Amino acid sequence: MRIYISSIPIGNYDKALTFYTEVLGFVKKRDNEMAHGIRFITLVSPEDPDGPELLLEPNANYRGIKALRDALAEDGIPITSFAVEDVQKEYERLQALGVKFTQKPMSAGGWKSAVFDDTNGNLIEIAEVPEP
Amino acid sequence: MLLRAPGPTGKRILACVDLIFKALADPTRRKILDELSENDGQTLFELCQRLVVIHQIGSTRQAISQHLAILEEAELVRVKRKGRYKFHYINIAPLQAIGQRWTGKK
Repeated sequence: MRIYISSIPIGNYDKALTFYTEVLGFVKKRDNEMAHGIRFITLVSPEDPDGPELLLEPNANYRGIKALRDALAEDGIPITSFAVEDVQKEYERLQALGVKFTQKPMSAGGWKSAVFDDTNGNLIEIAEVPEP
Repeated sequence: MLLRAPGPTGKRILACVDLIFKALADPTRRKILDELSENDGQTLFELCQRLVVIHQIGSTRQAISQHLAILEEAELVRVKRKGRYKFHYINIAPLQAIGQRWTGKK
């Protein structure tokens, strides 16, 4: 058994694709039409094309997800976390592209992280992850 | 007893003094104020993260949220909403008023 996918709730495929590919820099791995209007879209990092995939799941209007996302947003809790080489550099790059951060880069106990709004209703953490 | 802001704007009641002292009586709540005085405007997530890694305070988000509610009631912490997000700010006005109560008159 292995971990291969992680899903992000979204409301609109095109809006999410624009942000996740053009701003964050991920690339599309799969885009299959499952049924009318329902696509199975996954993204991967160009740095790790065989690594775990990110599924864009169009469930933003499902009441359970809506309640979860509202609660997480209010308390500033990210829905997932992506690893970066340099949090400060990535923070500056994303800020220059107009990305809004709810948490500026902070460094403590060997971790460095920041949190931003993905414009699709989620908060995402970027982190410099120390060796286990 | 009610506390009023010092100076000419002193008409406004800041908070009940008992609530302020009660809020300050807890070491975790004082650490929260330390944290906000260093980095004002934090979400609950950031505050919990900093309390854990910097101060080794492993309280749950639920517990920190309750501490924040007590600080808010004493008006030592103010909450500002920006869109869907909630940020916490320290408010030192009640502390200044407390200080003036004994040190202000000679």
